[in-house]
Amino acid sequence: MNWQALVPLIGVLLVIFGAGVWAGKHIRSSNTFMQDYFLGGRNLGGFVLAMTMTATYGSASSFIGGPGTAYTEGLGWVLLAMTQVSTGYFVLMVLGKKFAIVTRQYKAVTMVDFLKERYRSKWVVLFSAFSIIIFLFSAMAAQWIGGARLIESLVGIPYTTALFIFALFVLIYVTIGGFRAVALTDAIQGTIMFVGTLILLIATIIAGGGLSNIMSNLTAENPNLITPYGAEGTLTPAFVSSFWILVGVGVVALPQITVRAMSYKDSRSMHRAIIIGTIVVGVIMLNMHLIGVFARPILPGIEVGDRVMPLIALEVLPNWLAGIVLAAPMAAIMSTVDSLLLLVSSAIVKDVYLNYVESKASHQRVKRLSIGITAVLGIIVFLMALNPPDLIIWLNLFAFGGLEAAFIWPIVMGLYWKKGNKYGAFASMVTGVGFYILSDTFFPQPFGLHSVVLPVAVSFFAYVLVSLGTQDRVMNQASR
Amino acid sequence: MEEQHSHSSDSNYKDANREALIGVGLVIFNFIWWFAFAYGLGGKDPSEYTYAFGLPAWFFYSCVLGFVVMAILVTIVVKKWFVEIPFDEEGEEK
Repeated sequence: MNWQALVPLIGVLLVIFGAGVWAGKHIRSSNTFMQDYFLGGRNLGGFVLAMTMTATYGSASSFIGGPGTAYTEGLGWVLLAMTQVSTGYFVLMVLGKKFAIVTRQYKAVTMVDFLKERYRSKWVVLFSAFSIIIFLFSAMAAQWIGGARLIESLVGIPYTTALFIFALFVLIYVTIGGFRAVALTDAIQGTIMFVGTLILLIATIIAGGGLSNIMSNLTAENPNLITPYGAEGTLTPAFVSSFWILVGVGVVALPQITVRAMSYKDSRSMHRAIIIGTIVVGVIMLNMHLIGVFARPILPGIEVGDRVMPLIALEVLPNWLAGIVLAAPMAAIMSTVDSLLLLVSSAIVKDVYLNYVESKASHQRVKRLSIGITAVLGIIVFLMALNPPDLIIWLNLFAFGGLEAAFIWPIVMGLYWKKGNKYGAFASMVTGVGFYILSDTFFPQPFGLHSVVLPVAVSFFAYVLVSLGTQDRVMNQASR
Repeated sequence: MEEQHSHSSDSNYKDANREALIGVGLVIFNFIWWFAFAYGLGGKDPSEYTYAFGLPAWFFYSCVLGFVVMAILVTIVVKKWFVEIPFDEEGEEK
């Protein structure tokens, strides 16, 4: 067991834990539990907003493999990862003030609230809540497995024990703290990621004997590593450009992102968050993936991608500093887990239970239910992560693409196109998800594109054509 | 939403729409910059690569300089063209 690295790591985690407890105190004394627990009282400032956005984007990249894949593929994968810089400004600009104003009018607390008020259709709401529960639940289970693996390889304890420690920690502060705790800890974690990856990148470059030296070593091993096409030449321009949809502009439709786009205090916070967010996302993405590439000549032959970050940190930094820096990937995984857990529980409590089971539930009951369901969900994920079923792994693989195909047009067009209606939205969601699953299963990479691209295009036409085709019907319903 | 809008809320929406379009414009610019340098300079054989600051030129211009340019552009756009509008005035009326 590596105590010199472990003590600082635990110290950082305790600070984060303290922040969660502190934020939880605020919740217990507040009157608007729902808004506070799931949205932090719409009170986030620019810095916290930028950081919580960043920490959430960051996890979209752990989904595409992160530094481990960069280690295997070379600079081509860093090029791919840099498509995420666009999320830093695009999401807040496009959803933007319109989304902030409209969700306030609707008193929306979740993305589904927005869809419910905009389209007034039970089927749209149920389909959305269902997609969120299924896709995000699987995404979350995979993150827990990743978190436990990191503790396992770092501390040298069995997987089950590591998973238990991880689960306990996450559960306690999500359950008591809610969104404000998550946003606050995201801010701390985002800062650690920013500084940590910077330190690690510099140390890695020094350990590798400077940039030119690293580049000539990479070229000597395999010249493809320094081309945009990946180690085997398999990263085609069409495929890499598809990631502008998957982890760039499409991110606008992820529920964990939209909920943040309704949580800020005023337009000033939003302006600051756009600037800070763009810079922080860019720096973290660039550093994190470059570390993966540069680690290759220093530590050749790492088989498991997830171990690249911990191993290179322990190699090039003093142990205590490695401990602090490694809190960064740990933090990234945790912040994903927290926000996903919260979203799934809000989909169940708010979107399904309060809408269709018991709409007049008392304040006290809602509160107990929210906390209870969050805890129960955590326990279920824990049990699944103990012995992950294949279905979960499979679902997680396209959780993000699926959510994007489902929600991008109902949200964006719902915001900016008056003629969009519930039939269009429902058609768009069903075609998006259906076509995505079919495409992913039967003809992955059509025309060399990632399988998310076509469903996003097709669901756009579904939205527009069906909305236009049902204008009369909506008119009749309204006039009746 | 079909109730009468005050004049100020209409202009708020107009600002919001314009800012969304600016976002789309920025992302298109970002994409062209990224794509043109990566595949324009990186498309040849690695032995013919030129280097900038120790990195292959395609990577430096596309990813490093491209990011710096975007960060500066975003800052200028937000400071110059984004307006501060209140969010709450309408929600409170009910």
